[in-house]
Parts: sequence; structure tokens; C-alpha cells
Amino acid sequence: MSEKFDAIVVGAGVSGLAAAYVMATNGLNVAIIERGRKPGAKNVMGGVLYRKMMEEIIPEFWKEAPLERPIIEQNFWLLDHNSVVKTGYRGMEWADMPHNNYTVFRGKFDQWFAEKCVQAGALLINETAVKHCIVKDGRVIGVETDRPEGDLYADAVILADGVNSLLAKELGLHTEWRKDEVALAVMEVLKLSADKIEERFHLNRGMGATIELFGDGTDGMVGTAYVYTNQNHISIGCGALLSQMSERTTTPYELLERFKQHPMIKPLIEGAEPCEYYAHLIPEGGYRSVPPLVRDGVLVVGDAAQLVNGIHREGSNLAMTSGRFAAETVIRAKEANRFDRQTLSHYERLVRESFIMKDLKKYKTASKTLEDNPDYFHHYLPAVNDAMKEMFTVDGVSKSEKQKKIIKRFLRNKSVLGAARDGIKLLWAVK
Amino acid sequence: MHLLVCIKQVPNTNEIKIDPKTNTLDRSGATSILNPYDAHAVEEAVRWKRALGGTVSVLTMGPPQAKEVIQKSVELGADRGYLLTDKAFAGSDTLATSYILSTAVQKIASSIPVDLVFCGKQAIDGDTAQVGPGIASRLNIPQLTYVERIIEIKPEQQTIKVQRHIDGGHEIVESKLPCLVTVEKEINELTYAPLPDMIRAVRYHPVVWSVSDLDADINAMGLKGSPTAVKKIFTPKQRAGGEIWKGKADELAKKLVPLLIGDVLSCRQ
Repeated sequence: MSEKFDAIVVGAGVSGLAAAYVMATNGLNVAIIERGRKPGAKNVMGGVLYRKMMEEIIPEFWKEAPLERPIIEQNFWLLDHNSVVKTGYRGMEWADMPHNNYTVFRGKFDQWFAEKCVQAGALLINETAVKHCIVKDGRVIGVETDRPEGDLYADAVILADGVNSLLAKELGLHTEWRKDEVALAVMEVLKLSADKIEERFHLNRGMGATIELFGDGTDGMVGTAYVYTNQNHISIGCGALLSQMSERTTTPYELLERFKQHPMIKPLIEGAEPCEYYAHLIPEGGYRSVPPLVRDGVLVVGDAAQLVNGIHREGSNLAMTSGRFAAETVIRAKEANRFDRQTLSHYERLVRESFIMKDLKKYKTASKTLEDNPDYFHHYLPAVNDAMKEMFTVDGVSKSEKQKKIIKRFLRNKSVLGAARDGIKLLWAVK
Repeated sequence: MHLLVCIKQVPNTNEIKIDPKTNTLDRSGATSILNPYDAHAVEEAVRWKRALGGTVSVLTMGPPQAKEVIQKSVELGADRGYLLTDKAFAGSDTLATSYILSTAVQKIASSIPVDLVFCGKQAIDGDTAQVGPGIASRLNIPQLTYVERIIEIKPEQQTIKVQRHIDGGHEIVESKLPCLVTVEKEINELTYAPLPDMIRAVRYHPVVWSVSDLDADINAMGLKGSPTAVKKIFTPKQRAGGEIWKGKADELAKKLVPLLIGDVLSCRQ
């Protein structure tokens, strides 16, 4: 039998690396197994990393980690075919250290994070895929990789193998995700000079902005589109529920191309040169899709456990926090030398009592409400655009006339009661 | 048998772009890899080690991160690695590089005699194919280049028989050991490394030598020892696409033949 580790982490994304780092710095013998050529090679994210949760793992990481721009402005746009209603917040308190969040490139960031794990004593094995968990008497005791003589043993296995998590599925923790439990997101990285980015987004030197768009960016599908500023690149992408995407004849690539050509977006990215193209699945099932998080000898973290708050585009922070909780649980288990389900359920408790589950619970019906009521995207969102146009266009019509017109437009084919119900439903979904 | 493989860390040329305006190489974003020809050289050395017994050492010159290609070689089954790293080596051309490497080979051979030196046919960044032969001539040993198959190695008789790739065919050559071979990719298929070798590689730290560890003339290395100068880098002009005719075969043939004949005649003039 080959050497035995305290813990094996499957997958070097932020959840797995967070788990490995916390365990390794606490003296555990940890192996990380990554199927990509290097950590980050296969990891995709729109690009916003939150400082608070990362700092709970590596204090003052922002002094050395490869970051693109601290975000000082976050925008939410309601996009119609030929218009947009904008809201957002810019705060100079975000410009000072420690910042609120940053844009990052996962290719660079994950490699840095993995290097920190290696420095802390973790063993990182790249280019190796885990095929199965090794189960003995109902307990996970190691993993079988795709390499010759490829079995590796440990007291605990942490599954951080991403959204598809074939390993968790094989253990019966979840079945194949339904099409409405995942979103398909596509993204491009466009090269644009720092000067142009700062000019177009009205940014102080080195600072960044994000735009989240609802409506026409996803051609009315439940999902969001986004534009993020990096140092010398723009990240632009859109994603929608796979259930809706698959009903379309348009390809995800065409959807992104259409978004890039939108009159509200085109000027922002004019002349920017495409460098990279990504596509990825994002867990969107939320609260109700979260599988059991532990079994004897095994814990599930990050995307593999559906820990994503789609409404707030938060994923990496939930991922790394779940990784940290899993690590703390394994450290405790090691002290007690017990790795059964009951001992490991401490992890489940930590997740449930933290912001992770509280946030997921708050939005548990949001995505379904939006999916079941296409009117939010198809009727109300354009109506809000029309209302703004009406009120801002000076054409000799009195304001009270305009108000009547706007209300009529809002209620088109609807009773006042029906519209009120739609409003309450939406509020209920995000309350 | 002591088999020594000279390897190089190169940028992944698939990821390199040439700026059409400045004609300079844009290496940003390009990852570093073990030169693919060298990977086959390591693989071949490991196979012969397994057949005949012995040791496989690898040798590279480069910045500290060139350690990665030594670790990659350990994954492939190499036993130990030597990394030559020093500011004095920076900027060396093929002449200086083969000089430095040959002094390191001599140093390694002074503790365990080397029977066979392997190199890749060429590196994918420079494509010169000069360093291997440069090492052989400085060590004053025979060189067998473009080897696509090692037919046999006889340790007792100290001989090797190989098949070389030559224009339009093959050549079978026998040589005395020690000698140096440079290998083609066709020589073998890389095997998927077993997990214990992967773990050993991650934990492996090579022997690191600086200029003071070598018995070498500092004036024959680095920029001082490198007479080669790059005068200009340019992108070859894209060739214009050919014409495509559509229609019936016999009609097109009638149109084509006179043109071909015209071309032939104009060529002869």
C-alpha cells in the first residue's frame, strides 16, 4: 500500500486550495490532486474575488496575490433592446485598503494560491484525474486516479471537484443535476489598454468597476450578463439557466456575440481584442439543491456542493469558506482520530450556521420564480425602460398624463391585482 | 549503464504570438514546458535503463524555475537531475551553451562514467539542432543525430546500433560507446507516468550548480562567449490562396492544361 495522507483534496480550485491551505498550515499531511496542467488551468470564473473570505484564510493576501483591480463601483443595469436603466454604487471607501473585492484572473490567482499551499507543506499533483473514491465498509478511505499504481489513501477525502462532481454523484450524494439547477456561462477576455479602460469606465488609476446586467444581455433568459474591468483586459460574459439555453436555437457563443454588439455595450469594448474564450457550468440550484455534505470519510465543498449564490454572483467566497470549514472539521476529526459521518457533520453545521446557507436560504425561490414568470424579463423590465424614457422625454405632454401612460403600459393585459401579485412574488423570492 | 539526457525548458510555442507591427515575440501568457523532443529522449533513456539496468540522469541549464523540467523528467522515470543556473550563463548562444553543458557532462562523468548522452533533435524555440552536436564534438565522442530507433545497445562490447532518419530514407549506423544521440519524436510514445513517480517528482530537488562548480572559462559563456547575434525577426508573408474553379471536369481540364504548359515553358526560359 502506498503512503497514507491525513487528507486528500480532489481539485485545485479555490474551495480545494482553501481546504488544503488551512489543513497544511495546521500540520496535516495533505495531497492535492488536480487534473489540469496547473491549478487554474481549468478554472473559470467571471472574475470577482471577495477580500473578506480570502483574508480569513490568508491574512493580507492582497499584499502579494496577483490581483487585477480593486472594485470601487458596482453597477446593476436593466437592459432593453435599445436602452438601459442604470443603478449602481461607487464608494471611495472601497478604494482604500483593505478593499471590498477585486477582479482576478483565476489562471494566475489559483496558481499563486496553490504555491502557498505547497509552501505550507501540501503535496500538489497535477495532470492527474481522480476516477473513483475508494470505499471500504461504506467508508471513503482514499482515491483511485487514472495513473498506473494510482491509488492513494487518506483518513479524509475532500471533494472539491467542481460543478459536475462525478465523485459525489458516484457516492450517491447527488444525482445528475437537472437542467434548471445549472447555468451555462460563456465569457471572453478582451485586451484593452489600462488608459482606455480607465477613461471609458471613469476610473481612477488602478481602480475597477463591475456591471451586472439583467434582461437583454441574456436575450430575456433567466440569467445575467456582466462586464468587469481588469488591469489591461475586459472580462465580458453572459450565462443563463441550461434549461432555457437548451430550448433555444442560438448557441451560447452567438448569445455572447449578440451581447457584445448591443448598442449599450459596444462603445465600452470598441477596439478591444479577444484573447481568450471560456465556457463553464455554474451551479444555480441553490438551497434546495445542496446535497448531503458529508459521509464517512468524505466531505463535499464549493461548486461540487452547489454552494453558489447566483443572485449576487457570489461563488468563490462561498467555495473558499466551505473549504475552510471542511479543513477545520478534518483538523478536529484528526485530533479525535474519528472520521465517521457524525464527526464530520461538524462541517455541515458550520456551513448551515454561516452566511453560506443563510444566503442560499434567503434566495431559495428566486431563480425558480424568475424562470416560471417570464414576464419579469419580458414585460416589466422593458416597461421600466419605457417609464424612464417617458419621464425624461420632454414633449409637451403633462407629467400626470405620462404617469397614466406608464401605469397603463405596466398593466398591459394584466389586472392591477395580477401585477401586484407579480410584485409581491418577486419581493418574496428575494426577501 | 549511466544514461545522461540533456534537456531544455522552452516556452510553449503554440502560445507565442508575433506582434505584426514590431516583429517581436510576445511570450506573455506562454507557459514553459519540457522541450517535446527532450521528453522523448528521457523516455528512451528510461526504457533502456529498465532493459539494461543503470541510472538515468538529466541535465539542464536555465533559470531556477527550469527545475520544473527536471521534475517532469523524474515523472518520466529519470533518477536524478542537475540544474546549471547562474547569471554568468544568461544570454548564451548555442556555441556557449554546448560548451557549458559539455563541462557539466565531464563533471558528472568524473563521479559516474557516462555511457550514452541523449539530446532531443532540436528545441522548439530556436530550432537550431546545434547544441547536441556541439556537446559531442567538445567531448570528442561520436554523434548520431536524427535517431528514430535504437536497435541495440551492447554494454559489454560498448557498442550501439541505431536507425537514423535521413532525407528520403533511413540509415543504420553502429558506433562505439560512449557517444551522443539526438532523437526524433518517432523514437517512442511517451508513457503515462505512474502515481508514485509523480509524487517522487513533486518532492524531488535537483543538484544545483553555478559557474563556480564547473571547470569552465567564464569568457566562453554568456553574452561574451556568444558570437551569434539576432539581426532581425520577421513574419513570413502569408501566401495568397490559390484559385478555385468550379465546373465540369473535362471543361476545367481544357482550361487548365494550356495554363500548365505555359508555366512549364516560362520556367524553362
